[in-house]
Amino acid sequence: MVRLLRLGFFALIVRPLLMLVLGTNIRHRERLPAKGPAIIVANHNSHLDTLALMAMFPLKRLDDLRPVAAVDYFDKGGALAWFAKHIIGIIGVRRGQGGEGNPLAPAEAALDAGRILILFPEGTRGEPERLARFKKGVAHLAKARPDTPVTPVMLHGFGKALPKGTILFVPFNCDVFVGEAFRTDGTVDGFMTRMESAFETLTAEAGPAGWD
Amino acid sequence: MSWLERIAPAPVGPALAVIFAVLIAASVLVAIIARRRPCASSDELALRVRSWWFMISIFALAIVLSPVVSTVFLGFVSFLAFKEFISLIPTRRVDRVVLFFAYLSIPAQFTFAHLDWYGMFVVFIPVWGVLFLAMLMVLRGQTDGFLRAIGTYSWGLLITVFALSHTAMLLAGGQAWNPGGGGAGLLLFLVGLTQFNDVAQFTWGKLLGRRKIIPAVSPGKTVEGFLGGVATTALVAALVGPYLTGMDWPWSLVAGAMIAVAGFVGDVTISALKRDLGVKDSGGLIPGHGGILDRVDSLTYTAPVFLHFYRFFFVG
Repeated sequence: MVRLLRLGFFALIVRPLLMLVLGTNIRHRERLPAKGPAIIVANHNSHLDTLALMAMFPLKRLDDLRPVAAVDYFDKGGALAWFAKHIIGIIGVRRGQGGEGNPLAPAEAALDAGRILILFPEGTRGEPERLARFKKGVAHLAKARPDTPVTPVMLHGFGKALPKGTILFVPFNCDVFVGEAFRTDGTVDGFMTRMESAFETLTAEAGPAGWD
Repeated sequence: MSWLERIAPAPVGPALAVIFAVLIAASVLVAIIARRRPCASSDELALRVRSWWFMISIFALAIVLSPVVSTVFLGFVSFLAFKEFISLIPTRRVDRVVLFFAYLSIPAQFTFAHLDWYGMFVVFIPVWGVLFLAMLMVLRGQTDGFLRAIGTYSWGLLITVFALSHTAMLLAGGQAWNPGGGGAGLLLFLVGLTQFNDVAQFTWGKLLGRRKIIPAVSPGKTVEGFLGGVATTALVAALVGPYLTGMDWPWSLVAGAMIAVAGFVGDVTISALKRDLGVKDSGGLIPGHGGILDRVDSLTYTAPVFLHFYRFFFVG
């Protein structure tokens, strides 16, 4: 039942919204991982980002996609938490270093199960269309599962259509730029350098998209 | 009445059949060129013709289905054009609300057209829309960049929504204005000749083009392409006009020449916009053509020009 709701939500609401109203344009779609385990890293400006990344894949792969978010999403409970967990399929991880055990364990388990993880290394949604400093969680994850390909994705325009702190949706043309996949060299710093240079390449291709 | 006549009554059905025959001929021609001299530009040409198949099929289907479907389709094209415009130009974050209301004017404007409410149709955006948007921006209180913002949004709305909505007005109003061919006949005459003129000017330019006509804006355009396009389009208009629009052949010839000249102006106007913004294509929506604005650029001028020409001389 929930699976049907999930399929319906993506087939009838998310895809028409992204394709017809926004007109999302995906560049280099062929660079997307064909199967898991894989990691997608993207910049984060809008509530639409997760949905846009999930809609890049064919509907039949929907069950393989797992966005990763801070667990405080679920702490609030209620309808939103249920929606995030069951319809979007979010995996919750704890923020920061504190606490016991491995905070990334759920993400690692999902990779072991052959899922495609979607991560936003900037942490939270930043200023619209501006890249914030990356956090190191994904580097630790890649270190733990070094064979997993990491595909960088640049989202362009979504932060203008539905930026942080508003519910007013205004259509703008949106672009998704898929970069070349890379793997970790086994170190956290080495991974961060690779990821940053991958996003520099994508930024150069995408060009500016900020507000005037 | 045969089933064919039922789904596509004359004169629209036969006119569409002729358009598809031309399209088939173009496809065959392009396939021959690609076989004889395969190169990058023949690939581009093939891509373009394939996109024509898509666009003409969707347009024909919308026209044949019903006036409501046609109007929704035309409104959607207008929405895409406005969105492309707004995404190309610099915008201020504070204006998101303003742009939201600008978008809302699209369904309203096309509804007025569909209801054949000419009086409202013709003042809604140029009077109420433009006045309201400026007021809204003033109430938001950010004067920095105000003049440029209101100028660009208003012009974009006039070109992509008001001007393009003349196609829907022609369709609805044409029922009464043109008893023979109806609104669909007028719309087909306008859109068919506008697009034909684009191709004709391009082709004559490729074949005979020598002298550049407006190099600062559009270096590819030539005097020969322009004149050849105007002559060919006027000739075709004289042939099909009496059938589709109820005008006799000399009037149809004049209308065709006007569409050709207006189409050229619309084309170079959007070229000037793109040149100012430093982009080659307005978008990547239509393979081989560019964005939606690249395809409807001529129509932003020909639609109002043809509607008001027709109303002035033929609607009492």
